[in-house]
Amino acid sequence: MKVALGVNGHAREDDVEPRLLLAHYLRDVAGLTGTNVGCDTSSCGACTVLLDGRAVKSCTVLAVQVDGRQVTTIEGLAHGASGDLHVVQEAFRRCHGLQCGFCTPGMVLAAVSLLADCPQPTEAQVRAGLEGNLCRCTGYHNIVAAVLAAAGPPGPPP
Amino acid sequence: MRGTRVTRREDERFLRGRGTYVENLDLPGALFATFVRSDRASALIRSVEVDRARRCPGVVDVVTAADLALAPFPPMLALSNQAMVRHWLAADRVRFAGEAVAVVLSETRPAGVDAAASVTVDYEPLPVVVDPEAAAAPGAPLLFPEAGTNVALDLQFGRDEALFDGCEVVVHRRMVNQRLASCPLEGRSAAAAWGDDGRLTHWSSTQSAHAVRRRLAPLLGVAEADVRVVAPDVGGAFGAKMDPTPEEALLGLLARRAGRPVRWTETRTESMLSLGHGRAQVQHVEIGGTRAGRVLAYRLTVVQDSGAYPAHATGLPILTRMMASGVYDIARVEFNSTSVVTNTAPTVAYRGAGRPEATAAIERAMDLFAAAVGRDPAEVRRTNLVPPGAFPYTNAVGTVYDSGDYATALDRVLDRAGYAHLRVEQAGRRAAGATVLTGIGLSMYVEVTAGPSAPDEWGAVSVTTAGRAVARTGSSPHGQGHETGFAMLVADVLGLPLDDVDVVFGDTDAIPTGTGTLGSRSLQTGGMAVHRAAAEVLAQAHRLPGDPLAAGATWADAAAAAERHGRPLAAEVTYRGTVSTFPFGAHLAVVDVDVETGHVALRRLVAVDDAGRIVNPLLAEGQVHGGVAQGAGQALWEEVRYDGDGRLLTDSLAHYAVPRAADLPTFESELMETPTPANELGAKGIGESGAVGAPAAVQNAVVDALAHLGVEHLDMPCTAERVWRALNR
Repeated sequence: MKVALGVNGHAREDDVEPRLLLAHYLRDVAGLTGTNVGCDTSSCGACTVLLDGRAVKSCTVLAVQVDGRQVTTIEGLAHGASGDLHVVQEAFRRCHGLQCGFCTPGMVLAAVSLLADCPQPTEAQVRAGLEGNLCRCTGYHNIVAAVLAAAGPPGPPP
Repeated sequence: MRGTRVTRREDERFLRGRGTYVENLDLPGALFATFVRSDRASALIRSVEVDRARRCPGVVDVVTAADLALAPFPPMLALSNQAMVRHWLAADRVRFAGEAVAVVLSETRPAGVDAAASVTVDYEPLPVVVDPEAAAAPGAPLLFPEAGTNVALDLQFGRDEALFDGCEVVVHRRMVNQRLASCPLEGRSAAAAWGDDGRLTHWSSTQSAHAVRRRLAPLLGVAEADVRVVAPDVGGAFGAKMDPTPEEALLGLLARRAGRPVRWTETRTESMLSLGHGRAQVQHVEIGGTRAGRVLAYRLTVVQDSGAYPAHATGLPILTRMMASGVYDIARVEFNSTSVVTNTAPTVAYRGAGRPEATAAIERAMDLFAAAVGRDPAEVRRTNLVPPGAFPYTNAVGTVYDSGDYATALDRVLDRAGYAHLRVEQAGRRAAGATVLTGIGLSMYVEVTAGPSAPDEWGAVSVTTAGRAVARTGSSPHGQGHETGFAMLVADVLGLPLDDVDVVFGDTDAIPTGTGTLGSRSLQTGGMAVHRAAAEVLAQAHRLPGDPLAAGATWADAAAAAERHGRPLAAEVTYRGTVSTFPFGAHLAVVDVDVETGHVALRRLVAVDDAGRIVNPLLAEGQVHGGVAQGAGQALWEEVRYDGDGRLLTDSLAHYAVPRAADLPTFESELMETPTPANELGAKGIGESGAVGAPAAVQNAVVDALAHLGVEHLDMPCTAERVWRALNR
């Protein structure tokens, strides 16, 4: 089947098998291997990407369902291929929010989506908001710290 | 630079999605391997029908044991019963659900999955034995009739019937240190490609490129020099990726047979079935002493579940024995163990490997003993600690602890947690008849790093005429941060900025030999090798005519001068550890237990850990956090479960409870630094301490919350169901 979509701001058109998952489309067809696959039950969240700005597990979406929509992967988050890191990426780096790095792309994009919905989350809101993403290395301690740091101090009252 | 919180240099590529995990490798022309796995735990194989699979579109080959006619897979552990033979692919019999029976080679991954589903295996069922105590009992079905026993390793040191003589109080308890799955987010992944020169390049998600090379070369019938193993970025391992399993080892053979590269990445289901599990001990614990709280004797008898084929965990009781008595000065200690095969996945190393099991046993025992003598568990611990002046201290089984200050660790954890205040809160909730009760649990631990089985590591440092230092190490990381930590060591010695130091690892063509990253050994062995090599390079530079460095020359100038003199600045060091080191610490957990539902919430986890001198506290704390989370996971949620037919019930991350962010609190971590005399850095290992210390703290906290309701013990994991049942017997 034909599918036309935007990936990291670039328009693509591909002919894909109807059963192809978005995760495998991104990795095997679009060649964007930053999106990792860590399970086969949509449990781990490693493959999280942004679909029209909202986090989705790309293993729960068929490539053909994304027709006409915009996907952002970890490769498209920074400002240009070697440009400045996104504020969430930078906070993960500064707070040591990653170790083996395998969950990191999905975790960062889940955090971006979380902060879009809730710009000043509490620690409990960050922890609840990341419940779909597993990390086996960090115990989440520094991931949570990074997301809170990325949110920054509360702004002045309106 | 040492001792400062330097952020990681390796993060940039991960954050931009440029990790080099094996699955990301672009390998044109590669075939995909898909394994057909047994859905039976114990059966004879009557036949394997592959013709239909061969005819599936995109299939290049389907291979069974009969096609390979290989000698058995070499044993993973030299100590174990060598009659318990594993084959590369199951030949005439399967011994666990998930054992590989055949492999499909296909042009695409989906084609392989489709074809594997059409392979038909005709099985003749055999009796199944899942429980290790049942497998050890007389008359149990034998997994290897030719071995005449299910015992893979028997470690009997004798039994003293008078061990508890003179004890006023003796407590006995059977405990289960349950089977766990290490669950690295990246499962096994490997690829094999033969070059025109007859050399194999093998990419592997492994803890040790050199261990893979050592195992593969003889299996493939080639010299080690003809195998290049590359360990690119590795998405976690936790002990489960120390050695290649048969599936991975087959890839080179399959690539040779097909005349094309072959690659394989396991699915999560495959990983849960056959990567190998950890822990899996049944422990009989006896502890005795005086009514005043002095422990006089301790007996630990272990049944270790080896799974279907003896591997690393079969030998775990050796490590469990080493520090069976933990941080306590106990005069009489007795340890015996039996490792037995069962119709389950082989058991392997998992973070802590033998030490969490020892710690959980002695730390539960201390709480049971404290309860039996009617004293506070913190006080009973303090009464029995090895005193600070006793180091080096030889425990009752002959293990020499290099250095320690256990009393300070205990004081600090109690102080940081506000122990007395917590006890007041607990009493208040009980008195008020609250339905959510407070539990406070302590656990102290001592463990071993750079243990006697892997004391050596290779390292080298050179300086280029561009003024850059290149450090090479045989230790190959999977998240620990060697690119930062090892560079700090070199930068410190040479006085170079961190950015001018490159760290190279994980490629056997670039690194002549290595042991790898396992057993929390990297910094104190690999780091030491690099540290000494850097010191040698510095000395070489100062020995140059006119000592250009002292005269203010740059490293680039010094390297150029050295080359002009035909003596490039370069040194190789094999660090040979002669003394094992013993990190230690004290953990305290606070839990809220809902007595109506059984739900346990982990409210606080305070960890005081001492791994000697710290090179980078940011990285050390990261190791503690991850370990503590895995420890809490063991205490509260995680358990690999089989049904009575040997079917794996926890075959996915939907059924196996890896902790999530919302399950855990922000940890309260403090690092103590009691140096070890074992190396110039004063460093011990920190990689496993959290997983060693935390489980018993959390478990003790749950039992503590319910102690006044008559609950004396709960096995891990202390799930809501288990707590509820204990309260509603």
